[in-house]
Amino acid sequence: MDSLALLGSSVWALLRNKLRSVLTVLGITIGIAAVICVVAIGKAGQARVEQQLNNLGDNFVWIEAGGRAVNGIRTGTHGTKSLTLADAIAIRTQIPLIKSVSPNVDGSVQVIYGNQNWYTHYRGVSPEFFDIKSWPVDSGAIFTNDDVESSANVCVIGQTVRTQLFGVRDPIGKVIRAGGLPCKVIATLEPKGISMEGRDQDDTILMPYTTVMKKIKGNNWLDDVLCSAVSQDVVKMAGQQAAALLRDRHHLRPEEPDDFNIRNPEDVIEAQIAASHTLALLLIAIASISLVVGGIGIMNVMLVSVTERTREIGVRVAVGATEEAIRFQFLGESVMLSFVGGAAGVLVGFVGSFFIGRALNWPMVMSFEAVVLAVFFSLAVGVFFGYYPARKASSLDPIEALRYE
Amino acid sequence: MTDSGPIVSVEEIHKYYDLGETRVHALRGVSLAVERGGFVAIMGSSGSGKSTLMNILGCLDKPTAGRYLLDGVDVAGLEKRQLAGIRNQKLGFVFQGFNLLPRTTALENTQLPTLYSRIDRHSRTQRARDALELVGLGERMDHFPSQLSGGQQQRVAIARALVNRPTLLLADEPTGNLDSHTSVEIMDVFQGLNERGLTIILVTHEHDIAQFAKRVVVFRDGRIRKDEQVANPLRASEVLKTLPTLED
Repeated sequence: MDSLALLGSSVWALLRNKLRSVLTVLGITIGIAAVICVVAIGKAGQARVEQQLNNLGDNFVWIEAGGRAVNGIRTGTHGTKSLTLADAIAIRTQIPLIKSVSPNVDGSVQVIYGNQNWYTHYRGVSPEFFDIKSWPVDSGAIFTNDDVESSANVCVIGQTVRTQLFGVRDPIGKVIRAGGLPCKVIATLEPKGISMEGRDQDDTILMPYTTVMKKIKGNNWLDDVLCSAVSQDVVKMAGQQAAALLRDRHHLRPEEPDDFNIRNPEDVIEAQIAASHTLALLLIAIASISLVVGGIGIMNVMLVSVTERTREIGVRVAVGATEEAIRFQFLGESVMLSFVGGAAGVLVGFVGSFFIGRALNWPMVMSFEAVVLAVFFSLAVGVFFGYYPARKASSLDPIEALRYE
Repeated sequence: MTDSGPIVSVEEIHKYYDLGETRVHALRGVSLAVERGGFVAIMGSSGSGKSTLMNILGCLDKPTAGRYLLDGVDVAGLEKRQLAGIRNQKLGFVFQGFNLLPRTTALENTQLPTLYSRIDRHSRTQRARDALELVGLGERMDHFPSQLSGGQQQRVAIARALVNRPTLLLADEPTGNLDSHTSVEIMDVFQGLNERGLTIILVTHEHDIAQFAKRVVVFRDGRIRKDEQVANPLRASEVLKTLPTLED
C-alpha cells in the first residue's frame, strides 16, 4: 500500500468539505491556543518571581543575631551581643562554600541636608555588601576597604533618600548629616524596588560598618552577617556549616538553642514559585478540557464522514484495501485535522499571548516546549479520537457497504 | 497456480445466513468450473443466489460449506489480509452503480487499486492511462465522473478493474443502469477484453446481454438450473452497426 498516496486522498477528502473541516478544527485550535497562552502567562509570572529571587542577592545566606533567654525572659531577634566581627571573619575564612561576607549593623536615623530632612534606615556594611545583594551603583563609586579601615564619614544612598533630600540635584560630594554625623555622599544606588515583605529597599543609606559601629551606634557587635555562597545549590549547606561554626565559636552546649538565626528568604520566594506553578498547571488542565471537547468534535465529524462514504469504503475494500489501509486513511484524516488545528492554535496562541503580554506589561516568553507539547497533544488527540471512527470504517462489511444508499 | 486448470472452481458450495430464528439458504450446493479465457453470464431472478455466488467468487464473502479454488489456490483457508491481496491482484470488479469516487478524475479513479499494491508512481499512472485507452476513454482522463455519461463512467470502472491486470473480471449487472445501446457498447468492451484472454464472469438478468457471453449459467433458488454453452455468441460490434445511433 502506498501510504503517501493514501494520505493524499485524505487531504482531498478534507478539502472537499472545507467549511466542515475548518469548524471541526476550531475546537482543537482554541484548546491549543488556550494552553499556549496559559503557559506563556504562567512563565511570565514565574519569571517575575524569579526576578525577585535574583533581587534578593547573589546566592544569599543571611545570618541574624538571635534571641536569648535571661532568667526566663526572652528577647526577640537581635537581642544578643554574641555575633561579632570575628564571627564574620571566621565564616569567610573557614567555610569554603561562602565566597564573600559583609557584616551588617543597622538602625534608623534622621538624615538632614540643607533644609530637607528624612527619617530613614541606615546600614553599616563592608564593600562586599553590594555584590552580595547584587545591587549596582547608579552614580559615583562605593566606599573601599580603606574607608572601612579609617571609619571614613562617607555614605552611599538609595534612590528614595536621594529623591527626598536632593530632588533632582546631584547628591555626589554633598555632605549630609546622619544623626549628627556629617557624612559625604559618594555614590547612589540603582532602584531595587519593594522587598518581599513590602519594605522600600531604596529607603536606606549605607556606610562602612566601622563608621556605624564607632560613630553612630556605639556597638561592638553585629546585627547580621550577610554572605554569598559559591553557588545556588550550596546555599542551604553553607548556612548549615555557618551555623555549626557559630555554635562552636559561641560555646553552645548541644541542648542550648542557637543564639542566631539562619534566615532563608529564598524559601518564601520558592514557595511563591511553587504556588504559581500549581496555578499554571491548574489553568493548563482547564485549557486541556477544550482539547478534549475539540477531540470529540473530530470524532463526531469523522463518524459522519465514515457513514457518508460507506460506498467509497466498500469500493476500496473490493479493489483490495486491507483493513489496515482503510484504518490508516481515516486515521490520517483525523490526525491531519487535529494537526492543522494544533498548528493554527500555536499561531493564535502566540498572537494572543503577545497581546496579553502587552496589556499586562509583562515580558512574554514564547516557549519552545509549549509548541512541541501542543503539537504532540494535537497529534495524540487526532489518534485517540480518530481511532474509533477509523476502526468502524475498516470493520464495515464490504457487501453491505457497496449496497449502501 | 497451474496454467492448465480452471481459473475458478467451486465445489458443492453452500451459503446460509442466520437471521434470528430463520435461516436463509442462499446457495444450496453449487458446483461450477470456469476455464481460462471463459466468458460466463450468470442469470437468475433476484434471490436466486447469483449475487451471493458473485460475492464469494469475489472473495468478499466466504461460503458456509464447500471448496473454492481460485487460480489453484484454496481461498477458504486464507486470512482477511491475504484475501485483500487476492482482490487486489487477481480480481477486477465492475458494479452496477459504477461506484466511482466523486470529484476524483477518471485517471485517479482508475489508479485506485494500485494504491493498495506495490507499484511505483510512474508505472501506476502509465497503467491507468493504458487501461483507459483500452476502454476507449483516452481523451477523457481528466474528467470527473459528473462530467461523464453513464456508459463512460462504466468504462472508467472497467479500466479501474483492469489496472492491476487481473486474471478474473467479475461484473455484477454492469449494464443494469444503462440504456440498451450503451449496454451493447459495454458488452463490446467486455468481448474485446475476453478476446485478449481475460476470463469474465458476468451477472445479469437480461437475456439480450447474456447472449454476448460464451456460456450461460441459470440460477434458481440457490441451485444451478441450466449451464450451457452459447452456440453462436452475438458479436457486440456487429449488433452496434444494426442499432440506430443515439444522439449523444
